Amino acid sequence: MLDDFFSRAIIAGIGVALIAGPLGCFIVWRRLAYFGDTLSHAALLGVALAFLFEINITLAVFGVSACVSIALLMLQRNASLSSDALLGLLSHSALALGLVVLAFMTWVRMDLMGFLFGDILAVSKMDIAIIWLGGALVFGILIAIWRSLFAATVNRELAEAEGMNPDRANMIFMLLMAAVIAISMKIVGVLLITAMLIIPAATARRLSSSPEQMALLAACIGSIAVIGGLFGSLEWDTPAGPSIVVGALFAFIISLIVVPLAGWRSRLKTNNNSSDLNKGSQL
Amino acid sequence: MLKKNAPLVTLSNCGVFRSNRWLVRDVSFAIHPGEIVTLIGPNGSGKSTTAKMALSILKPDQGSVERCRGLKVSYVPQKLQIDWTLPLTVERFMHLTGKISDAEQRDAMKATGVTHLGNAEVRTLSGGEFQRVLLARAIARKPDLLVLDEPVQGVDFSGEIALYDLIKEIRDDLGCGILLISHDLHVVMAATDRVICLNGHVCCSGSPKAVASSEEYKTLFGGRAASTLAVYEHAHDHTHLPDGRVQHSDGTITDHCHAEDGHHDHVHNHGHASDVGHVGGNSTTRKKEERNA
Repeated sequence: MLDDFFSRAIIAGIGVALIAGPLGCFIVWRRLAYFGDTLSHAALLGVALAFLFEINITLAVFGVSACVSIALLMLQRNASLSSDALLGLLSHSALALGLVVLAFMTWVRMDLMGFLFGDILAVSKMDIAIIWLGGALVFGILIAIWRSLFAATVNRELAEAEGMNPDRANMIFMLLMAAVIAISMKIVGVLLITAMLIIPAATARRLSSSPEQMALLAACIGSIAVIGGLFGSLEWDTPAGPSIVVGALFAFIISLIVVPLAGWRSRLKTNNNSSDLNKGSQL
Repeated sequence: MLKKNAPLVTLSNCGVFRSNRWLVRDVSFAIHPGEIVTLIGPNGSGKSTTAKMALSILKPDQGSVERCRGLKVSYVPQKLQIDWTLPLTVERFMHLTGKISDAEQRDAMKATGVTHLGNAEVRTLSGGEFQRVLLARAIARKPDLLVLDEPVQGVDFSGEIALYDLIKEIRDDLGCGILLISHDLHVVMAATDRVICLNGHVCCSGSPKAVASSEEYKTLFGGRAASTLAVYEHAHDHTHLPDGRVQHSDGTITDHCHAEDGHHDHVHNHGHASDVGHVGGNSTTRKKEERNA
């Protein structure tokens, strides 16, 4: 079944969605949407450097994204600029540098559109192996640091005081982000990676009552968006990457409609049992 | 394991320097197991900064902080904002920094009176409820050192006294050291073993009574503040009987308290404040009496 380009696209897309969901939750919780954008813009510089030095594109993108993350951490500590200003500075400098480097290499004929919007229908078996193995590694590390990363997300000082080592968790989280950007760039492209991180997580928020549940749901919703988007793109002959993001958007819109309905029903129920609530123990 | 009676945390000549000024400097004290140390002082006197040095959140720019190895710490921060994007119930919040058993969770939530809030989303809680949840989370961990930064802010008047009593109970049950920060000068609990009065440096320290009557304290807060300082304590020379009469320490029983009955420099306790579950008009009237005394 891996011989069919469409099955390969679905398997690769689901692999990305499964890992982008949980990481995307942290992006949403920590209000880091712009950080995802910054890393993906920096990814273009990685692509340019990969061509320049003739190295593996995924590795080069990971390297550049990791450097940008670390630069951000150091600037946040020392500079007197706000985080969003720093992110804007890093994001656009990296993007501009990437385009300049590419322009210098007149001998390279590359399809810029493929990197900006992804080329999921062209994934190879090797790409699938990288996505699933890399994704499994990222997932394993994320589970290992989950408690301390989540505690640091709720409150850094509390986590620090109670021995959770939040700085280490933050650093590892940024490297995981860089890894996910590197492995998923081929699927949805530089411009739409942030959408795969944020939209499924935002959709899951309205449906979940615990952080773990939200991470799981985000992974599922992302996978459904991938399947729906790819079939839609096959049916109506639309570009695959953007179709996946549109699929995620539909899921979000449905959650906007479903959740108020559920809330309305549970309110009805609560009104019937409201007498029980008043019996709760009081100090 | 922790050695008995060795200090949990020792600060020696600690100071923090930020933006061209010392937030606090030359602070030295130690917290031992089973000891309650209270930091008081005006706004910006370095109370939270000092606590953060003890917690190793802030590295001191001067002096050193020594912590016992393997110290288990619980912290109730002064401010904690939960973003609305975080789906977080009270029960999940209780497990934030480590696993606790169901029984530990239940007991802690019962002690602070938040059992009924288990499934509530943390961001929907009122200020006082959230403060109780924070305290429940901190004690459920059964820490060696408990650091409370204004733990009763936003808690109603009668609840405040019950929580102070609870803090004392926690100390007695767990035998942990407690560092308590309070800007509430009127209620410095008598269970406190040591009060450290800060104003950028250690202004004075000692037993609650000694600090209240010290010259430095009076200069810092003014004579009026000192005269209204209510050292809330359990030691009293008379007991109010259920029928409203008063039994004195010498065993005599009268219908009312006398003017000299423990109303001079501290506040008496009617003996029901230790009843944590009790909410009643009595605590409020007691407070009024304290003010007038």
